[in-house]
Amino acid sequence: MNDLTLIRKNLFRKKLRAILLTLSILIAFLIFGVLGAFYKVWNSGAELAADNRLVTVNRINFTVTMPYAYWGRIQAVEGVEAASFANWFGGYYQEPTRRVQTFAVDPESYLNVYPELVFEPEQRAAFIANRTCLAVGRDIADFYGWSLGDRIPLLSNIWQKSDGSASWEFDICAVFDGREDYPANYAMFHYEYYNEDLAFNQDQIGWIVIQTQSADLNASVADTIDTMFANSPAETETSTEAAFSEGFANQFGNIALILLFVVGSAFSTILIIVGFTMVTAINERTGEIAVMKTLGFPAPRIFRMVLSESVMLSLVGGLLGLGLAWGMVTLIAAAPGVSAFLPGLSMPQNVFIGGIGLAILLGLLTGIIPAINAQRVKIVTALGKQ
Amino acid sequence: MASLYELKDLSKRYTRGKETITIFEELTMSIPQGDFIAIMGPSGSGKTTLLNLLGGIDRPSSGSVECEGVRVDKLSEGKLAKWRSQHVGFIFQFYNLMPTLTAAQNVELPLLLTKLSGKQRKERVATALDIVGLADRKGHRPRQLSGGQQQRVAIARAIVADPKVLLCDEPTGDLDRASADEILETLQLLNRELGKTIVMVTHDPSAAKYAARELHLDKGRFIEAKAEPAQ
Repeated sequence: MNDLTLIRKNLFRKKLRAILLTLSILIAFLIFGVLGAFYKVWNSGAELAADNRLVTVNRINFTVTMPYAYWGRIQAVEGVEAASFANWFGGYYQEPTRRVQTFAVDPESYLNVYPELVFEPEQRAAFIANRTCLAVGRDIADFYGWSLGDRIPLLSNIWQKSDGSASWEFDICAVFDGREDYPANYAMFHYEYYNEDLAFNQDQIGWIVIQTQSADLNASVADTIDTMFANSPAETETSTEAAFSEGFANQFGNIALILLFVVGSAFSTILIIVGFTMVTAINERTGEIAVMKTLGFPAPRIFRMVLSESVMLSLVGGLLGLGLAWGMVTLIAAAPGVSAFLPGLSMPQNVFIGGIGLAILLGLLTGIIPAINAQRVKIVTALGKQ
Repeated sequence: MASLYELKDLSKRYTRGKETITIFEELTMSIPQGDFIAIMGPSGSGKTTLLNLLGGIDRPSSGSVECEGVRVDKLSEGKLAKWRSQHVGFIFQFYNLMPTLTAAQNVELPLLLTKLSGKQRKERVATALDIVGLADRKGHRPRQLSGGQQQRVAIARAIVADPKVLLCDEPTGDLDRASADEILETLQLLNRELGKTIVMVTHDPSAAKYAARELHLDKGRFIEAKAEPAQ
């Protein structure tokens, strides 16, 4: 027997109480783990952004387009290594619910600024050469069962052709992957092919991606670009790719703040419940603590034991919750089609490590008051109450 | 017999609201090593308070408590805890065993404060349980034992670290006669065979008869009632 045995036995002396407390902590950490995994996917654009890539959008909003001619002018700015552009197609396949995230791009320049996109050389060449080609990310191709040579229609819920239809026919001539964690859950096609049939908004583009010669030049390049288009009908705003991705993710609201609120609410509730229960549990054991002190257990050792009890409870619940979250995330990620829409969904290591840190912190916070109370137990008073 | 305890001019006063209650005033006594004293007296006479002062779990208002030359009343809380673990074994009226631990684990508790190895602790626990006749109950939890058996486990816990003195506060107060006699015989055995100094507080005159000396505490003074054990 050692102190750990005592801690463990005290912790589980009232099994139902211990199980319910563990369960409540487990739920908080399950929420933390699952939301952490989803947040990572949501925020992956910012994490995967290159240091020397900038994005220029219309100053009003990134959903408002700007003239195609801006692309050429930006390429001439000092410090710009390469530039490309894209336009949001808002595509779907057959049914509006079967979404395909699709961009109209200039293939050659686009692939130059995005070396993270991995193509077979002949498919890369085919994509650049064939104006009806649709380059499809592996996750999307797998989800819809598409393969090279397939001819498929994609419909837009934004754009229309001059003949009134919203359907474009494409030939799948390339299937690409993302390097490491880079997402491959979208499709691309020739801007020219799409632009020539547009019923409105011709020669307009959504955003321009700029690769600078060095990340050190980002600020000056961004400044030059925005100054160049100042006081024009389409003023621009240029920011780093990371900031752009974050802004894109936050168009649905401040996700980080929402998650913080949800997780914070769960943890505040748990803190109150577990803290109050621990205080009650230790108060019930005042007599036993007095006996231990009588036997010669020093007050600091009793303080440590009570605090350890709380930390152990929190760690057990926390690890079970994180483990369950890992299991759930793994199951969700393995479900058909999920990788097409939530690429790279997994339990991030930093969420797991952060979770363990949070469990220890929760244990310390909920255990500190009972531990101080236990340390202060007066033997004579406590034994006199028996 | 050499003196184990020296109490000089010991006073204990409590303050309750604006009132000061004096338990005893300028009490002086000596407890020889190997003695078995029964302290009797009416409720509120200060029997348990005296036991607490001897055990270093309470401090006097004035005067001194000396044990083998150590001023117990002057020790810091930390040193006092260590001193208790090495010198004193406590036996309570309501046994005060840990309900979640087995008999053997309860007995082992004081040994967690020593540097003994796990094997040595097990041997000591087995010996202590054997002395109180509960070797076959080592795996039982307190609720699976009778009151008498629980008190014997408490005695084993009190002697396992081999203290010189056992302080017993109404050790038979919660037991039937037969169990009480067993406990008192065990205490007598510990006093006679192992030389433990025992100070026992009791209300029960028949329990006091097991002691070598009976002291009656009344109005802060001792009256010695008996010098030799009757049984």
